[in-house]
Parts: sequence; C-alpha cells; structure tokens
Amino acid sequence: MKDYLADKDPSELKERLYLVLIVIGLIFLVLIGKLWYLQVMRTSHFSELSMNNRIRLTKTPAARGLIMDKNGNRLAENRPGFDLLLIPEDVDDMAKTKKILTRIVDIDTKTIDAKLKKAKRRARFHPVKLKKDISWEEMAKVDNYNFELPGVQIEVMPKRTYPYNKATAHLLGYLGEISERAYRSSRKDNKRPYRRGDMIGKSGVEASFEDTLRGTDGGRQIEVDASGRLIKVMKEIPPYPGQNIRLTIDLATQKAAWEAMEGKTGAVVAMDPRNGRILALVSTPSFDTDRLTRGVSSKEWQALIQDPMKVFNNRVLQGLYPPASTFKPITAIAALEKNLIDTERKIMSGPSFKLGRDLFRDWKRGGHGKINLHTAIVQSSDTFFYQLGLEVGIDNISHYAKSFGLGDRTGINIKNEKKGFIPTRAWKVAAKGEPWYKGETVITAIGQGFVLSTPMQLLNAYAAIANGGTLYVPQFIESIESIEGEKIKDFPPIVRSKVDATPETLRLIREALRGVVSEKNGTARWINRRGLKIAGKTGTAQVVRMKERIKDIETIPYRFRDHGLFAGFAPYDDPLIAVAVVVEHGGFGSSSAAPVALSVIKTYLEGLPKPAPEPEPAINPEINKKSSEKKTATDKNI
Amino acid sequence: MMEKKYIEQTDWLLLGISMLLAAIGIVCIYSATRGFESAFYMRQFYWLLIGLAILIPTVILDYAIFKRFAYVLFGLTLVLLIIALFGGHTMGGAQRWISLSFVSFQPSELAKITFVITLAKVLSTTQSNRFGMSWRELALPALILFVPFILIARQPDLGTAMIFVFVFTSMVLIVKIRLRTLIVLTCAVLAMIPIGWYALKDYQRARLLSFIDPAMDPLGSGYQTLQSQIAIGSGGFLGKGFTKGTQGSLSFLPAHHTDFVFPLLAEEWGFIGCVAMIALFIMLILRGLDIASNSKDRFGFLLAFGLSALLFWHIVINIGMVMGFLPVVGVPLPFLSYGGSFLLTVLVSIGLLLNISMRKYIF
Repeated sequence: MKDYLADKDPSELKERLYLVLIVIGLIFLVLIGKLWYLQVMRTSHFSELSMNNRIRLTKTPAARGLIMDKNGNRLAENRPGFDLLLIPEDVDDMAKTKKILTRIVDIDTKTIDAKLKKAKRRARFHPVKLKKDISWEEMAKVDNYNFELPGVQIEVMPKRTYPYNKATAHLLGYLGEISERAYRSSRKDNKRPYRRGDMIGKSGVEASFEDTLRGTDGGRQIEVDASGRLIKVMKEIPPYPGQNIRLTIDLATQKAAWEAMEGKTGAVVAMDPRNGRILALVSTPSFDTDRLTRGVSSKEWQALIQDPMKVFNNRVLQGLYPPASTFKPITAIAALEKNLIDTERKIMSGPSFKLGRDLFRDWKRGGHGKINLHTAIVQSSDTFFYQLGLEVGIDNISHYAKSFGLGDRTGINIKNEKKGFIPTRAWKVAAKGEPWYKGETVITAIGQGFVLSTPMQLLNAYAAIANGGTLYVPQFIESIESIEGEKIKDFPPIVRSKVDATPETLRLIREALRGVVSEKNGTARWINRRGLKIAGKTGTAQVVRMKERIKDIETIPYRFRDHGLFAGFAPYDDPLIAVAVVVEHGGFGSSSAAPVALSVIKTYLEGLPKPAPEPEPAINPEINKKSSEKKTATDKNI
Repeated sequence: MMEKKYIEQTDWLLLGISMLLAAIGIVCIYSATRGFESAFYMRQFYWLLIGLAILIPTVILDYAIFKRFAYVLFGLTLVLLIIALFGGHTMGGAQRWISLSFVSFQPSELAKITFVITLAKVLSTTQSNRFGMSWRELALPALILFVPFILIARQPDLGTAMIFVFVFTSMVLIVKIRLRTLIVLTCAVLAMIPIGWYALKDYQRARLLSFIDPAMDPLGSGYQTLQSQIAIGSGGFLGKGFTKGTQGSLSFLPAHHTDFVFPLLAEEWGFIGCVAMIALFIMLILRGLDIASNSKDRFGFLLAFGLSALLFWHIVINIGMVMGFLPVVGVPLPFLSYGGSFLLTVLVSIGLLLNISMRKYIF
C-alpha cells in the first residue's frame, strides 16, 4: 500500500481553499454584475429590440461563373429561376393553401405533404422549399394570389443553363445537389463551407473547377413583420460571384464534332498540336445537362445510370480501345529509330504471314506485294508490320509507345482519366506467369492484342507526330477571368516530355500519313479535300475475331461489329489541328471515323481567320475528288 | 457493501440541489423546444433516469477503486477519443461522436471524468517541497493534459479542450507550483498565442474575431451573441414568464436548447430567476469544495476539487459566453443544456462527490 503511505493528509491543501473561495466569489460577482447591466439597466433597450425583433438571416446566393469558349461564346450561363417556398408558421389555413397551390402550380398534395413532413424537425418559421424552378406563368399566378396565400413565398435563385446542352455535356458536366459526404467534408475543411441543398459541379469542368466557378454566398440580416414579410434589411454581406472560365474549346468545332457523332457511339477529341489546347471534346451517347441540373426523379436517374450505353462515361478519357492500325506509325518510328528500316527497303507483304503454326492474315485479300514503309503505312498493310514488328521486338515497341504517352494518363485536369495499357515482357511474366510469345509481338505491332489506349492518348501521340515531337499536357482552360473580364489566371502550355524520335523520322511519318489521305491507294482517300491537307491514319479495332472476312457489316450483330478509328492532323505541313475519333461498332475506320474527323477539321480550319488564300501544292495530283467519291468504303483495313 | 452509516452520511443537500437543477433544466428545454415537433424534454428526462441509474454504482464503489484503475480508465478513454477522431461521425462539423447501435455518445464527455480522476491520482502522489512542484514533477501531469487536449482540439472541439486546460490549471495551482515555474509557464503560454492562432480553423478564428468586434460577423457568431444579449436583456427584472419568451421560440438563437439555454431562462425568468439559478450553482460548487475540505486523503481532496472545478468552469464559461464576455466556444451549461452525454458527465461527477463525502470518516 505504497499509495496510501504516499497519500498523506490533505490538510496542507485545505489551507489554500479560502483563496479559491475569493476567486469564485469575484467571478460570480462579475457575472451577476453583467446580468444586472443587461436585465435591469438596459432592459428597455433590449425589450424594444426584442419586441420588434423579427430579425432573420437569409442567404443571398452568389451567381456561378460563366463558362465560355475561346471566342467568348457562352457555354454555361445563369438565368433567373423561381423557387416556391412555404413558411408553415405563417400559414393561416393549410387546407386552403394546399388547394390553391395545387390548382395554380404543377404540384400535388402528396408532394406538399411529403416536403412538410421532411421539415418537421425544424422550427416552423423556417421556409420549406416546395418546388424548385417553377415556370414564369406559375410564378405570376402565385404572385396574384399573394393575399390569399400568407406564408407562401417566391425566391429568386440563379439557375444554371447550358445553351448547347448535349453537345457540351461531357465537357462541361452538370450541377446537382451536394451529396451528404461532400457536405460533411466541406464543413470539416471549412474554407467556404457548403450548405445542404447547395448546387455543386458533378462532372466535367463544373466539377474540376468547382472552387473557381462557385461564388461566395452572401447573407442578410433582415427584419420581418408578423407574417414573415421583409420590412427592412439591417445588415448585408453581398454575394460575391464566381469567376468566369474561358475554355480553349472552339464552339463551331465542338458543334461540328457533336453533329457528326450524333446517333453514333464513341468519342471525338481535337487539339491544337502546337500547345496541347483542346479544341473540341465530344463523347456519345450524351445526356441532357439542363434537365439533370434542374433535377430529375430518382426513377429517371436510375434509368440514366443503368443505361447499358453508359451515357455518363466520358469516352474520350475513359473509353479504352485497341488503337489498331493507328498504332502502326509507332511501330514504324521504332523501326526507323533503331535503323532497322529506311525509306528504300521493301518487304514482301502477301495476303498472310505464317509464324510457326499460326497464320496471320492481311486485311486485303490479295496482299500488297513488295512495298516500302511509306506504302505500307499508306495502304495499312498488316503483313508488312507483322514482319517489321518481329524485327523491332516487343521491348522497342513498348518503349516507343510509352515515349509517345500511350499507356499512361495524359494528365488532363478531368477526373477519372483511364491509363490505358502497353504490354511489356516483364508484365507478361508477372501478370500471367508466362513468357512473352512472338505471336503477341506480331499483333502488338498492329495495335491489337493487349494494347489499349484512350482517344485522348491517341490524339496526344498524333499531336506529337504533328508538332515535331513535343508531348503536351492537354488543357481545356485558356484563362480564368473576373466578372469584369479581366484575366486572373492564364494557363500556359505545359510540355510533358519530348518523344524519343528525331525530327527526320517524324517528317517521314507525317509524309506517310499525308499519303494515307492523298494517295491513290490510301485508306482514307475519301476525305481528301482541297485546301485542308489532312494527314492521318485509319484503324479498325477487332471486337471479336471473325472466322471469315464478312464484307457487309449490316449482317454482323451490332455488339460484334468492329470499332472504327481515325487519328490525324491538318494541314500536314503546318499542323493547326489534330483529331482522334473512335466510333464504337462503326465498322471500318475509313468509313465511320474518318468522315467525322473531316467534318471537325474542315469546320475548324475554315473558321480560322485566313491570311491569304494560297493554292495547295498537291503531292499527288492524280488523286482528285472525283475518284474518291466513286469508291465505296468496303475495303477493310485492320 | 452498502452499510447503513453510508446512507446516513449521504450529502442530501448536494443531491437535492442537483435534482432541482435537473428539473429546472427539463422545464427550460420544454420551453425552448416547444416550436419543434420533436420532444426534446422527454428525451432529456430519459437521460436523467439513465444518469441516476449510473450514479448509484459510482456512489457505492469506494472511490479508491477509481484511483487504482485510473490509468486503465484513462487509456480506454484515449482509445475511444482516437476512434471518435478517425471513425466517428460528424455533427455540426466536428468529429465528436461514436455511434453505438442505439445511441451516439461523445467520448470527450467521458474524458472529462477520467481526466480528473487520473490527474487527481498523479497529483496526490507527487511529493514536492514547500515551494511547490518543479518542472520535473509537472511533466507527467502535463502529459496527461496534453494527449486528450490534442485529440479533442483536433475534433475540433475548442470549448471542451479549453475546459481541460482550466481544470488542469485549477488543480495544479491548488497543489502549488514553484513561483519561478509559474512565471515561465505563463510567459510560454502567452508566447504560444500567435502560434495557436494559425492552428485554429477558420470558423474558430471568425468566432474569436467577432468576439472582439461583433460587427465583424453580423451573420455568424456576432449574430448569436447579439441575439443572446437581446434575449437576456429583454427578460428584465421579473422576466416574461414561462413559455412567454419570444427570442428562444422564434429560434433567433441557433442552439437555444443546448449551449444557449441560459438566455432563454433569463428571458422568461428575469434577473430574479437568473440570480436564483446562479445561487443554486454557487451552492453546488460550495458543497463540492466542502466535500473536498472534509475528505480524508489527498486523492479524495483533489478528486472532489477537480470535479468542482469541472462544474465551475462549465458554468462560468457558458454564462460568460452567452452574455458576451467570452467568445462563442460551445460549452454547455450543467443540468440545463440539452444533451445526454453531458448530463451523464454531470451526474457521474455528482455521484463521485457523494461518494467522497460518504467516506470522509472512514480510514
């Protein structure tokens, strides 16, 4: 019992208690003194305040920043909206109020009862939001019945609207009520906490730049009369509107991309290869941003998120596709850089290539004959690249693919970007426990097999080919501006890396890609247009391996049809725009994806301010529009 | 175990004051929440019954047991605090609550009791010379303050964290510390203020600033203080009468049944009512100090003193806050503020005080 011995008599401590009593006495004396001051000396002042005291706090919502395209066209703006409020305490006759409301506003008794029940735990003078965003006519009627409807109020709230709606849906995103989780975490960080019911960006630019676009709500201390009507504003903190965002998007190009893709499933993305600025970004199928922002019923919401077409997927960043033949230039670059091929060397490219017991076929029945690299790219020969791929080897192919940013996030500032995949020897051993097989190199060389990329990565790789080897981080924001239009923040281009290829190699590839469009046997010759000087590469990604080559795609079930791809840029000698297009289950890239790219490139280049018209120096004058139109797009190129 | 002499030696006055205060509390909560559909006053009543049930074992067990298991209790509390910090759920922006299947409770409330017990144990065994405690002797008590203080301040619950500091200071001062140590410590705390300012969350800073200048934040805590003063002042000398208050029922005060229950009482019962109320609180504290001065050992003294200090600082900070003396920090008023966990804390404190008073003659 050492404790007890140590715990000696507390008499020494007790001696000090009288000091404590003095301190306590003084403190309580001060408290009572203040009470006397408040309750006796100043009571008339406070009574008066209390008599008239119907001081309430109201929120003044801040307007959200505008989103504009690079020319200042508004892509997202605010319009006044009217919310219908009810203050239970101020209602004289609830039954009558309900009856009138259901007659003049599109709302039923059940909804009103449900809303009132939900608000039961709050004090009765708190307004209950009966219906958001009522129409102008409804608002006018409620205003007419003002005196028969005490306790019913209209609140003007800025509402978000998207003039181009579906065309900009994945790019801009939409607004929705803040989730419980986001609400709580915002209360924790407490920079500018949200309130329940606040609207917050849910995807796209609206979500990525939520903090910029969102303003700071103001508030008012107001005095109200007995039925809750405003008498005067006592103190006010004005709301501070959010900042505007100017995108790098070109509205005309964006619209062209949307129109070309409407009804199809897939993705289009275009950028300025000189700086990585996104000019257009469309993913289809799209969704109705205006409706979503206004609020949809849980049934409609369920239907949207369970849609097998996955409408909310931004296919530009989240769609993973085998790049197929659009990958061939990468294999070609690897071969050129490793000096395994030059412009002269020809390889016999027959209808098929045999490796061991496996037979790898070419898309063209008769094969291409003995051809050089340029022709192989122009005609998209498979057998040529099977053989070249084997010479280059998987290690080099994956090195150069990664050097062009494939298989890695581009770093664009939109959430949930997918990484894609470039296989390596080490990965195969680690993941599958098997060595790398030569047959896998063969199909990797033509962008099939394990290779997966997003349209954005593909675009970035082609932009690097176009601009002479610089890989930019794609950006879609040009600047942040104040409401007065002053620039607050600029977004200069960000160089991610330099690709591992000499300018000479890239020049050869650009010429070959130009040939794809401009030459007689080019797989995209149908999109050759005077003055546009398009260069690019088609691709057709196999969804399932077909035993037989089927010519008529209409006979194949939709989900087994191949994906059509196109990646390219224009004008080929001074690239101003690069484009990547994927049309899911669209069949051949040349017939499904290339026309979309044409429309996007044409719209953009024609929209640019023209310096002086100069005649196009055609490299292959024998190709003209006439011959390209005669041909039908039935040739299949893989 | 419970002998007859214990019952005879029960401090009936302390128990009586407590029950009277609890009853007043329920009446105030009834008046404060009559505009609400939910019956807060009934829930407070059920909490009172639960509290009384818990009070019985805290009275029966010899308080020496609490001394023996002080560290175990303290460790358990820290575990709960850590759980609340990382896994607890949020109410009004702070991570204070642990959800049991039927009810959520705040470990920081339990921490108030175990902190006083542990500190009483440590200080009761400290043997210092007549000049008081030295730096080395102060190290362990300081650690016992520091760990729960950080955990609670992180929640963030500045009010409760401040209560810990006040209780600690009171207990250390009654044990006596060396004058030189005290001076250095005071200077150190003053020097810490600017650093502490940066550690505060924005809303806490806003509260402090609006305390200095209420006009700075007319919509936030400045508004609360103003409304609270209007409620108190408009009560006048005699008050507006039970349920006749307008400030509370119109909910100008956001937390008028929890932290801001006193203005409501002041509005309805006036200066007379407030002084009566404060008189009851003073009697409560004096009973606590009386029990301390009659206790048979140092631990008993320090425990009774610490618990009295705990109740005292709650009362003073809460009333000071609603009258505009102190910033709005969210400290409840014993017996009157709505809230189950806090009522249990108060009743357990009362139980321990009864326990010590019962055993004053036994050695």
